[in-house]
Amino acid sequence: MGLLSKKDAALIKDPLADNNPITIQVLGICSALAITAELEASIVMSISVLFVLGVGNVVISLMRNIIPSKIRIIVQLIVVATLVIIVDLVLKAFAYELSKTLSVFVGLIITNCIIMGRFEAFALGNGPWRSFLDGIGNALGYAVILIIVGFFRELLGSGTLLGIPVLGDPIEKTGLYAFGYENNGFMLLSPMALIVVGIIIWVQRSRNTALVED
Amino acid sequence: MEKRTDKNSYTIIFAIVMVLIVGSLLAYLASSLKPTITENQRLEKQQNILYAMGVNENEGTSANFVSTDNAPQLFEKFIKQQLVVTSDGQATENNEAYLIDVKKEQAKAKDGGVRQLPLFVGEDEKGKKYYIAPIRGKGLWDAIWAYVAMDENMVVQGAYFDHKGETPGLGANIKQRFFMDDFIGEHLMSNGSFKGINVAKGNADPKNNDKTDNEVDAIAGATITGDGVSAMIRSDLKLYVPYFKNLKQ
Repeated sequence: MGLLSKKDAALIKDPLADNNPITIQVLGICSALAITAELEASIVMSISVLFVLGVGNVVISLMRNIIPSKIRIIVQLIVVATLVIIVDLVLKAFAYELSKTLSVFVGLIITNCIIMGRFEAFALGNGPWRSFLDGIGNALGYAVILIIVGFFRELLGSGTLLGIPVLGDPIEKTGLYAFGYENNGFMLLSPMALIVVGIIIWVQRSRNTALVED
Repeated sequence: MEKRTDKNSYTIIFAIVMVLIVGSLLAYLASSLKPTITENQRLEKQQNILYAMGVNENEGTSANFVSTDNAPQLFEKFIKQQLVVTSDGQATENNEAYLIDVKKEQAKAKDGGVRQLPLFVGEDEKGKKYYIAPIRGKGLWDAIWAYVAMDENMVVQGAYFDHKGETPGLGANIKQRFFMDDFIGEHLMSNGSFKGINVAKGNADPKNNDKTDNEVDAIAGATITGDGVSAMIRSDLKLYVPYFKNLKQ
C-alpha cells in the first residue's frame, strides 16, 4: 500500500487537472490576473497560498463541530486573516527581503475565493488529515496555472524569466531581437492573463471532452 | 431538536472567545517581534542611503544592497554628516536624521507645520561628496519613495527607488537597476532654476545619452507610476534648493 489511500491521493491529484480550482471551478481568477506579470511573483504567491490553505483547512476542520453555522463565514475569514497576518509578521522579522516581495499579495490572499471555497466545501465536513490534503491539492492546482501564466507573460512581455534575460537584449538588439522580435507589452496587462487562462481552459477541455459542459 | 451550536447565546460566546484568542495571539506576536522588525527597517534605511551613493554590491544588471551585517559599519564609514534642513536652507546637524519619518513630515507640512528635511552627507574613498535626500510620493496603487544622491550642483549621482504595492512587471520595475541607473548624471536644475526630472513617454533618447534634458525614459505600461516619480522629485527635491544655493555662496 502506498503512502496515501486511493481516495486520499485523489484529493491531491484531482485539483491539478480535472478539478482545477482556476480552470474548472473558476475561482481565484482575480489574483491570477493581478500578479502573474512576473514568474517570481507567481511562485511567491503560490507558496503563500499553499501555506495559508494547508494550515487554514486543518484549523477549520478541527473547529468544524464547534463553529456556529450562523457566523461560519466570519469565522473562516478570521482564520484566513489571522494566518496571513502571522505569515506577514514572521517574514518581516526573519525574512525581511522576502516580506517586501510578499507585501503586495497579502491582501490578495485574504480575498482569494479558493481559500474560502475550500473551507466551506471541504474542511467544514471532513477530518483534519483529509482537509490538509485537500488544501495542499487545491493550492498546487492553483500554483500550476499561476506558474504557467506567469511563465508566458514574463517571457513574451519582458523577454525575461525570473528577471534573467533569455531572449537577448532589446536595446542592443541581440538574440531574438536581432531578427526583429519585439516584446509584447500587452502580455504585461491584466486582460492578457485572462486570455492566457482562457487558452489553458480551451486546451484542457479539448484534451478531455468530458469536462465540456452542455 | 435545535443543535447546541445554533443557539444565539452560544454564537455570542463563541464570537467573544474567538476574538479574545485571536486578538491576544496577534497582539503578543506583534509586540514580541516589534524590536526585530524595527531593527530590520533601520538597517534597510542605511542600505538604501548607501545604495544611492554608490556603496552597493551591484552585479551585472541586478541591484544589490551591501549585506545587513556590514551596513552599520559602512554607514558609519561613508556617511559623514546627518543634517536636518529647513525650507530657508539652514542646516543643523542631527545624528538621528535617518529616523525622521518623511511621511509624517509631509503630513505636518500639509497642516501648516514646519517640515524637517533630512539630508545625509556622504564621502566616498576618493573624497567626493554626495548629498542624499529621502523623498516620498504616490504611485498607482500606494506609496513610492526614493533616496536620491546629488552633488553640490544638484546633478544626480545615484538613486534608489522603492514602492509599496506597484504592479509587478510594470510600475514595480522602478526598483530595477535599468530604471534607477538612468537617473545618474541627470541635472535637476536648468538655467539656474529647479526643473526636476520628468519620466517621459516617447522619449527620443531611450539610451539616455542626453543628461541635461531633465528627462529619463519611462517604463512602458507604467504611466501613472512614472508620473508619480516625476511629481515626487519635483515636489520634494525642490525643497532642498535653498540649501544647495547657500552651499555655493
